[in-house]
Amino acid sequence: MAAQGRIVWVSGPAVRADGMSEAKMYETVTVGDSKLVGEVIRLTGDVAFIQVYESTSGLKPGEPVVGTGNPLSVLLGPGIIGQLYDGIQRPLRALSEASGSFIGRGITTTPVDMTKKYHFVPSVNNGDEVAAGNVIGIVQETDLIEHSIMVPPDHKGGKISNLVSEGDYDLETVLATTEGDGETIELKMYHRWPVRKPRPYKNRYDPTVPLLTGQRVIDTFFPIAKGGTGSIPGAFGTGKTVTLHQIAKWADSQVVVYIGCGERGNEMTEVLVEFPHLKDPRSGKPLMDRTVLVANTSNMPVAAREASIYTGVTIAEYYRDMGKDVVLVADSTSRWAEALREMSGRLEEMPAEEGYPSYLASRLAEFYERAGRVRAAGSPDRDGSVTLIGAVSPSGGDFTEPVTTHTMRFIKTFWALDAKLAYSRHYPSINWMNSYSGYLADIAKWWGENINEDWLSLRSEVYGVLQREDTLKEIVRLLGPEALPDEEKLILEVARMVKIGLLQQNSFDDVDTYCSPEKQYKLMKLLVDFYKKGQQAIKEGTPLADIRAMKSITTLLKARMDVKDDEMPKLDQLDADMQEEFKSITGVKVSN
Amino acid sequence: MTAEGGVQYSKIAEIKGPLVIVDDVENAAFDELVEVETKDGERRLGKVLEVGNGKAIVQVFEGTTGLSIAATNAKFVGKVMEMPVSREVLGRVFDGLGRPKDGLPDPIADKFIDINGEPMNPEQREYPKDFIQTGVSVIDGMITLVRGQKLPIFSGSGMSHNLLAAQIARQASVIGTQDDFAVVFAAIGVQYSEAEYFRRSLEESGALKRSVLFLNTADDPAIERIITPRVALTVAEYLAFELGMHVLVILTDMTNYAEALREISAAREEVPGRKGYPGYLYTDLSTIYERAGKLNGKKGSVTQVPILSMPSDDITHPIPDLTGYITEGQIVLGRDLFRQGVYPPVNILMSLSRLMKDGIGEGSTRADHGEISNQVYDAYSRAQEVRALAGIVGKAGLTEIDLKYMDVGDVFENEFLSQATDENRTIEETLGILWKIVSKLPKNEITKIKDKYVEQYYKEE
Repeated sequence: MAAQGRIVWVSGPAVRADGMSEAKMYETVTVGDSKLVGEVIRLTGDVAFIQVYESTSGLKPGEPVVGTGNPLSVLLGPGIIGQLYDGIQRPLRALSEASGSFIGRGITTTPVDMTKKYHFVPSVNNGDEVAAGNVIGIVQETDLIEHSIMVPPDHKGGKISNLVSEGDYDLETVLATTEGDGETIELKMYHRWPVRKPRPYKNRYDPTVPLLTGQRVIDTFFPIAKGGTGSIPGAFGTGKTVTLHQIAKWADSQVVVYIGCGERGNEMTEVLVEFPHLKDPRSGKPLMDRTVLVANTSNMPVAAREASIYTGVTIAEYYRDMGKDVVLVADSTSRWAEALREMSGRLEEMPAEEGYPSYLASRLAEFYERAGRVRAAGSPDRDGSVTLIGAVSPSGGDFTEPVTTHTMRFIKTFWALDAKLAYSRHYPSINWMNSYSGYLADIAKWWGENINEDWLSLRSEVYGVLQREDTLKEIVRLLGPEALPDEEKLILEVARMVKIGLLQQNSFDDVDTYCSPEKQYKLMKLLVDFYKKGQQAIKEGTPLADIRAMKSITTLLKARMDVKDDEMPKLDQLDADMQEEFKSITGVKVSN
Repeated sequence: MTAEGGVQYSKIAEIKGPLVIVDDVENAAFDELVEVETKDGERRLGKVLEVGNGKAIVQVFEGTTGLSIAATNAKFVGKVMEMPVSREVLGRVFDGLGRPKDGLPDPIADKFIDINGEPMNPEQREYPKDFIQTGVSVIDGMITLVRGQKLPIFSGSGMSHNLLAAQIARQASVIGTQDDFAVVFAAIGVQYSEAEYFRRSLEESGALKRSVLFLNTADDPAIERIITPRVALTVAEYLAFELGMHVLVILTDMTNYAEALREISAAREEVPGRKGYPGYLYTDLSTIYERAGKLNGKKGSVTQVPILSMPSDDITHPIPDLTGYITEGQIVLGRDLFRQGVYPPVNILMSLSRLMKDGIGEGSTRADHGEISNQVYDAYSRAQEVRALAGIVGKAGLTEIDLKYMDVGDVFENEFLSQATDENRTIEETLGILWKIVSKLPKNEITKIKDKYVEQYYKEE
């Protein structure tokens, strides 16, 4: 029996209704005559407290509230990839067909096209025993995505019968039925899953494979592993969104879920306009063929912003269960936390720090805990991962505020964006002294096996130069650069080169926007070689000015833009030229 | 409650700051427009903030001064607040609630539009990429503005933000076809003289007849300021998306808006976020700033240049901070440059235009634009470091290359940044000066520009 009540009170996105004793916590309800979507978030007696996912302007006490009996769920099936959804999985294209350029209210639509036919290839036979999570067949969702049709995770299992033969079917077609416990259950191409409940899996692995993003400061310096968690906090204008877009574009995952949570409308439009034209560097197919967008921009209803994170991560887990590596990018978790704060305030809960509710930390922990590399439930064996990357927008750029500090407790890679670097147009403005990665040791093995075994030691060497520079900078600030001996001036020079030639990356440059692991390694090696040769030369008495005047420096610094990923011999040539040039400047010295 | 011609009148139960609490309410809706009427017939406007259990909390835009519990009635109008719009609004002056202030009658309405607007569907937005030449070098060259962008000016008290905004409004209007350009100006709690400066400036340039002015000056009711930007943007959206005009909206000063919002929040005894501003300040500001943009299949655009004065020049203050998170960049004015008498005193290192990358380059400005501006950003930032160093160790402690960077800093400020308020530079001139700056450096310092452009434009002196 669905709950049927009446509105008694309205304030912004918060509504109270009485006559709701039948309602369940987190049940979705329709609110008012215009049938707005809402969710029950508190029950007191027969009064339900409801957060409404659409604008409540014009809503009146006395209007009806009707329960649906179901918790807030997403529809999982082919057709999700390439979509742009709002926070509760309504496709924005369908909304615009119903209400034009601006978002109207009370529109119901299906998340995917239920009538579209997909070519289904069964992988089981009539009479087979199946359990929750088992794959019963495959459809090709996009050029890039082979979509496994799975027995829903909450299914009790049973014997397959009435299996259809290979062919084209739409989503509502019953592909098979299962018999078990005297119950017959229909299996279709889709099922629904409540967003606030993590999807089950068999077991978890340690993350040991790096998620390659083609961004040097990430892959080489502060890597993240597949199935890992990362956070990117930064004041406005420090390049959070550009960095997240770069990860969404170039990460070596099969599926990307991009959540624009309380951010700018034009940023989602940018993804929507740009991604269909960008090619995945590995498959050569448009990036949109592996991307799902969830957009709840800042001016869209605040409650749906809270839900958008869960909608996104549930979709990510679904593709993980097919054995895919999925990256989920959430921009920005601070706006999600603000949505929590706003609802908490309307519920008149006792606030903790800066007005945020006391359960902020546990909600963040629950969210990031949905990351992981797992063996999926059911057979055949599938290993997939969900990597979670959340942007944080600390107020005033202050990293001691609650959302940043709580997030830091639950993530392992921290990319601290620095306004000072951004002001000097050092992009990505990831501060190398404040950032860290907890995956470095775990993934060093991968680099050793796949690229070169001295990767970790080279990285330590380059990082060492940056650390030395950081200390020396203090002295320079007090005494000027001329107070330093040549060996230390060389460190400043090499640090400058590392910053320009390796750490900085121009995401708007056709070549520099993505950097292969080989190229990252070679650039790093060139810089270390330069440093060592330079040290040697200075020891032998070569003046620093001669080293500074070397032509190879400019070539080396521009190599990130000038040398394409398939032109690695050019870097070897550069190496040879540099060696020659060193010989010539030190040679002159010796002949004197 | 008494009924009169289908409309209900209710008694006031409590008056608290800008709020009145109305009792005995049966049929009021959230967000509904309310007319508060005193015994002697004075009418003030308000809207419902909260309704339920027979009570409604109403925010009165014109303030509650002079209202009494006994002698005041509230009338629920049955609709949300709407602005009458038509082409005739061009050339008109309205008050902060959208009522004529120029002594002329109400414009004949083509339509009544809900002033809160509706969120643009991101799927229906057109990504902004049309370059607007403002004729101000620092903006065109380094912080490029495009049609449909929201690019605020972060200023401080007393600085020359008004001059700059007026210059942008005057000079941007001459680009493209004159007919489809309009300026919507909203004064939010600024001094009369500032509002008057804008009006005169638009008048002198002949742009007044394609402008719409909304004036809430410092002596007007503070709560009205919550409405002023919304009526202005409603008109702007109408002009842009119904009449196909390119509309430049100037909102000044958003700090006064946020303060009015704080006043309401305090009166409602809400749990405050930072510095007493409500926790929903970000969301609220976004419902203003996000009303800029372009739409698929529509000809016009809404470009916003909001102005806000940073309290104590502090960019981390909640108002500039949250604004910066919503807008597509910011133009930051620097106190040091202003003291030195530089106009416009734009601190480029703290400024940014997020949409610049798509508005420049081949086909709109010039192919080398992105790289030359990157190089100048880099060089000017080095120049600032060197200047700081020179302050400690003296010029003698600097290397030769450091001295060249000092030179870059001077040329940048004196020749590029500085310009007269009526000087309208073309983009070619602007890029020319940028190359002049970069040419002060030896070639091996140029790491952000492709060789082909260096060969084409670099001129060693």
